[in-house]
Amino acid sequence: MTTLAVLEQRDGVLRKISYEVVTAAQRLGGTVEAVVCGVGPVQGADQAGKYGADKIVTLTNPAFARYAPEACAQALAERAKQGGYQTVLFAASATGKDLAPRVAAKLGVAVAADITDVTTDGGDLLVTRPVYAGKALLKVKVASRPAVVSLRPNVFTPVERRKAGAAETVAVNVPAGRVTVREIKTAPAGTLDVAEAQVVISGGRGLKEPANFKVLEELARAFGGQAAVGASRAVVDMGWRPHADQVGQTGKTVSPSLYIAVGISGMIQHLAGMRTSKVIVAINKDKDAPIFKVADYGVVGDLFEIVPKLTEEIRKLHG
Amino acid sequence: MKIAVCIKRVPDSETRVKIAADGKTIDEAGVKFVMNPYDEFALEEALRRKEKAGSGEVVVVCLGPAAAQETIRTALSWGADRGVLLQADSIPADPFQTATVIAAELKGTAWDLVLFGRMAIDDYSHQVGPLVAELLGLPCVTAVSHLDIEGTKGVAEREIEGGIEVVNFSLPAVLTTDKSLNEPRLPALKGIMAAKKKPLEVKPVQAGTGTLEIVALMPPPERKEGKIVGEGAGAVGELVRLLREEAKVL
Ligand SMILES: Cc1cc2nc3c(=O)[nH]c(=O)nc-3n(C[C@H](O)[C@H](O)[C@H](O)COP(=O)(O)OP(=O)(O)OC[C@H]3O[C@@H](n4cnc5c(N)ncnc54)[C@H](O)[C@@H]3O)c2cc1C
Ligand SMILES: Nc1ncnc2c1ncn2[C@@H]1O[C@H](COP(=O)(O)O)[C@@H](O)[C@H]1O
Repeated sequence: MTTLAVLEQRDGVLRKISYEVVTAAQRLGGTVEAVVCGVGPVQGADQAGKYGADKIVTLTNPAFARYAPEACAQALAERAKQGGYQTVLFAASATGKDLAPRVAAKLGVAVAADITDVTTDGGDLLVTRPVYAGKALLKVKVASRPAVVSLRPNVFTPVERRKAGAAETVAVNVPAGRVTVREIKTAPAGTLDVAEAQVVISGGRGLKEPANFKVLEELARAFGGQAAVGASRAVVDMGWRPHADQVGQTGKTVSPSLYIAVGISGMIQHLAGMRTSKVIVAINKDKDAPIFKVADYGVVGDLFEIVPKLTEEIRKLHG
Repeated sequence: MKIAVCIKRVPDSETRVKIAADGKTIDEAGVKFVMNPYDEFALEEALRRKEKAGSGEVVVVCLGPAAAQETIRTALSWGADRGVLLQADSIPADPFQTATVIAAELKGTAWDLVLFGRMAIDDYSHQVGPLVAELLGLPCVTAVSHLDIEGTKGVAEREIEGGIEVVNFSLPAVLTTDKSLNEPRLPALKGIMAAKKKPLEVKPVQAGTGTLEIVALMPPPERKEGKIVGEGAGAVGELVRLLREEAKVL
């Protein structure tokens, strides 16, 4: 039994989320074949062996300099059809959410999307996925072979489990496609995406005005490059923060190790985006705010007193 | 411009989820159903594109139960020209089956654009749009947050981690819409009256069962009872200690 783990790269460098895919793949037992699309060798791809890949295949094509949805989908679907794979795993990242259904459709099946757990029971593949804004979990049996599955980011913490990691490069002959990425406008250097950060500190209407977000940015900096600042929809809709930072049902879904909600009431649509975080801290002046119902630790009071003090303490730890 | 917009009838996001007796679906008693919020962006975009072109047709397509006629009427009240309900007792659990039924309906018409929401807020599947695109052989851009169209050439922006991807594509195309794309309108009373007279065709459909089988719908695991560490800045020392020693995240 072999699992095809689809890795991601940007600018020729493997993205860290790839290790989560390999980690989930090795949980299924059997052998793990990791595959990545690139123009040439992908820096960091050799590391996939450390997390459990028996083999790492780089599919090369000139179109793969940037994400090429149609070309990648075709190359991966052809690979998946050849191999006798039991499962094809993607990350449910921005790219994975775009790519997985294209590949699945070529295989004539649906994606079991954005899952938070996967197990095998006899010959059956069982996955768990949050639905209804995280208010329920759906357990699904995936009958197709291969099964096409995408993993919620940050849920499958990479575990080292060294395997052979033999490398192979295959030039694939696929057309570039009708949809091409002509440019990537990157966020200012050093800003970490909320969907990828280990620590997310989100602010809501309790911040009172946009300039006050500097209080949260200072706290984020105290975590030394691991933290990102997120936002509730209320403050995004008022134009205080960019939409890219919004956490929740109509924003991003995050699962960091630590989520700190500051001046956020904790409406259900916000919870939809963060309730699978490992540890949740809430800072709110209203002791009855619903956010305290999902928080592991809460501090009641004025954020403008509490957050600077927290920044000071975190700085000491990281100092 | 001839534009199809696929809309899904979903429980309102405020809905309290009660699991039905079958242990696999939600109990729909008392649940308020609405048009999937992401589909509002798709519909709004379609109406604006048609207005800008000065001619064309916006057709809404929905696969769902008889009650989904109401969802279609809402779309008609916004300004869509006509609706098609692909009527089934229930929406398939397997999105590929949904996509197959929708693609069969769309096939054979020369659409300039086929629009979808980025995802449905009930099943969080993020895929019916790209699946339909593959089945129809059309180019597809997902999670579009900004869109420019000039003739048959389109440029779309989509959010990715740490940036924005700027994508070139050609029309006809399938697009799925994200929140920042536009500001959906509020239906005017006039539209609500007009909607009653617009054509709404009901076609019974039979969807296959597919390969995703629901085993159970379960409440999410209770988060371990949280604690209020204390009040004010004085509680921060204890919070940090707990995060270090108990939660081990610092
Ligand atoms: C279809 C739909 C989709 C939605 N999608 C999202 C989404 O993706 N993300 C999202 O976040 N929301 C979403 N919402 C909106 C959501 O329902 C809430 O309106 C929103 O989350 C509220 O934002 P908030 O917590 O910042 O504001 P409020 O609810 O106004 O909360 C502000 C909080 O700040 C506290 N506060 C005030 N001053 C202080 C202070 N000095 N110190 C400490 N605490 C203070 C208050 O006690 C209060 O709890 C959606 C809604 C709908 C209908
Ligand atoms: N039953 C349905 N009828 C019409 N459109 C649908 C249906 N299900 C999904 N869609 C469309 O596909 C998008 C993505 O849904 P999903 O893949 O279920 O997350 C939605 O925003 C709708 O535009």
